[in-house]
Amino acid sequence: MTGSAWLLRRLAASLAIIFAVVTFIFILIHLAPGKPCSENLEPRICDLLTHQFGLDQPLAVQYGRYLVELAHGNLGMSFSLRRPVLDALVETVPFTLQLAGAALALDFLLGLGLGIYQAVRVNRLPDVALGNATLFVYSLPTFWLAPILLLIFGEKLRWFPVGGASDPIFCPAVTSLFCVADRLWHLVLPATTLGVVGAAGTARFQRAAMLEVANQDYVRTARAKGVPERQIVLRHQLRNALLSFITRFGLAFPFLLTGAVLVETVFAWPGMGRLAFNAILTRDYPLVTASALIASTVVVAGNLLADILLGVADPRLRVQAAAEADIATA
Amino acid sequence: MTAPAAPAAPAAPPVLLRVRDLKTYFVTEHGKGTARAVDDVSFDLFPGETLGIVGESGCGKTVTSLSILRLVPEPPGHVLPGSLIEFEGRNLLALSAPELRAVRGNQIAMIFQEPMTSLNPVFTVGDQIAEAAIIHQHLSRRAARARAIEMLRLVGIPDPDERVDDYPHQLSGGMRQRVMIAMALICHPKVLIADEPTTALDVTIQAQILELLDRLQHELGMAVLLITHDLGVVAGHADRVVVMYAGRVVETATTDALFEQPTHPYTEGLLAAVPRIDARRARLHAIPGQVPAATAWPPGCRFHPRCPYAWEKCVAEEPPLLDAGDGAGHAARCWLVTEPERRVPKR
Repeated sequence: MTGSAWLLRRLAASLAIIFAVVTFIFILIHLAPGKPCSENLEPRICDLLTHQFGLDQPLAVQYGRYLVELAHGNLGMSFSLRRPVLDALVETVPFTLQLAGAALALDFLLGLGLGIYQAVRVNRLPDVALGNATLFVYSLPTFWLAPILLLIFGEKLRWFPVGGASDPIFCPAVTSLFCVADRLWHLVLPATTLGVVGAAGTARFQRAAMLEVANQDYVRTARAKGVPERQIVLRHQLRNALLSFITRFGLAFPFLLTGAVLVETVFAWPGMGRLAFNAILTRDYPLVTASALIASTVVVAGNLLADILLGVADPRLRVQAAAEADIATA
Repeated sequence: MTAPAAPAAPAAPPVLLRVRDLKTYFVTEHGKGTARAVDDVSFDLFPGETLGIVGESGCGKTVTSLSILRLVPEPPGHVLPGSLIEFEGRNLLALSAPELRAVRGNQIAMIFQEPMTSLNPVFTVGDQIAEAAIIHQHLSRRAARARAIEMLRLVGIPDPDERVDDYPHQLSGGMRQRVMIAMALICHPKVLIADEPTTALDVTIQAQILELLDRLQHELGMAVLLITHDLGVVAGHADRVVVMYAGRVVETATTDALFEQPTHPYTEGLLAAVPRIDARRARLHAIPGQVPAATAWPPGCRFHPRCPYAWEKCVAEEPPLLDAGDGAGHAARCWLVTEPERRVPKR
């Protein structure tokens, strides 16, 4: 199959990119000023610890050791948490994926829906009103929106919890349907904060993409065939506008992950973003590189997913990719 | 007025498509001017015939063809009240949206100049051909697909069973135009509007596509409105011709009469600009100047700034369509019809 050959090549390229990112982060964090020891630690003990963790070795040696350990699936010991990095990540990554997944769904489902709706009603009142509303929301900074939502819906109205991912007394673990609902209830505010600004951007983007397609010759052809307007928009225009939408989808992942750091901090969400942020402050080298590894994997996977979706949605790319793979395997 | 009688038929067939006083104007971007792209155009299309509409770019021929199916984007365009586009006795301009859709692609179909961009890149050609049959004839997807394959065979595409699942980018330009034709004809329309159907194609492919249109016209018995800038195409394929200039009909005649006795100086210029194999000329003739902007047509006869014969009357007063006198509805919008002795070039 030519399609699977293409996929293999893309997977290999993805691995190379992740490797490069991890290498880059490893070098960068070691070159950054500051030490893993806290300032009020006795210098003697700091030196001891530095030696114990092998941080007095040349950078190349440390990097080599790191790669060997990584190849064995060992991400190292966290300096600050004093426990294996892997354990800390296994605990926190699912929460970040939950948060980012919910935000992603909100961003793209709401954004897509609004954009299509605006394109159908273009230049009429609903379109103009939504156009202004999305511009307003899009211009809100997340660092402002997060505490404001927390203040209004958590503190004043008390509709949603002010922090955490679950109720610590009734649902420390998901043991019942009630606890699933509890998790979702806790998810609402952080996911909205993280997703709504993106949704506004997506809506504006999707509206523009739909209208750009509206002027294409093939839309006129469809109209000349007697296709109803609704079908023209939802079939002929949407399928073509989805192509740029998918590209945008692939580009959204880095912003979701960086946004997660802030949102997790404000909402006390026990995710990886908060963990990575603290790791950077404490110069927790193993934890920083491991977080970068996870983040780059998510970003690269997101892009790969977008490319695969694009291949499904755009027949021109499908054939081109097959031809490229033919050349590569020949 | 034109009243083009059917050429010497014992009983004149009923008019299939009657266009009267069609005015399609565009509001220009800053709202300052109005582009009178089509300005008072009238013509008739009879069942089974091919009527050519000829003119330079910007003369309004494409806007005329788009106006018939109301495909002119509104805004900025609009068809003025008082215009009449009558198909089988019904004014298309007065139809509701669903009524109009029932005509589009079903009784009047259209093919366009650019087969590259006129097909949707993300759907198979089979799906796009079948779409009209599903909408208008309520065929099942399976039946419509079978019809699409049949249509592909009819328009001369080899291996139609396989090509039906191809996407437009997998086909050549000529093949794509064949697909466009298959798409337009799947519901056996009574009128096919072909807007520059061969302009974007290689010369050899042009001839094939025009032959195909001729053959299908005879097989399916439809009328064709052939929009082109190419008098060579008109000569070989049209029964009658409408020559347009500056949003107006300037001459209408049977194809033979037009080539034998071009009456309007614009038609004369167009004919002189066609290279001929039987007449050795050092240089091709060109009509001086360009079509003026549609926001500011010249006063009087709109052709007078480019006309080699123009005199004071042409600047002062626009001629109506005048009977050129050789029967068969030959008419020209030119004062030379009344003062033929003035047909002496000034330069």
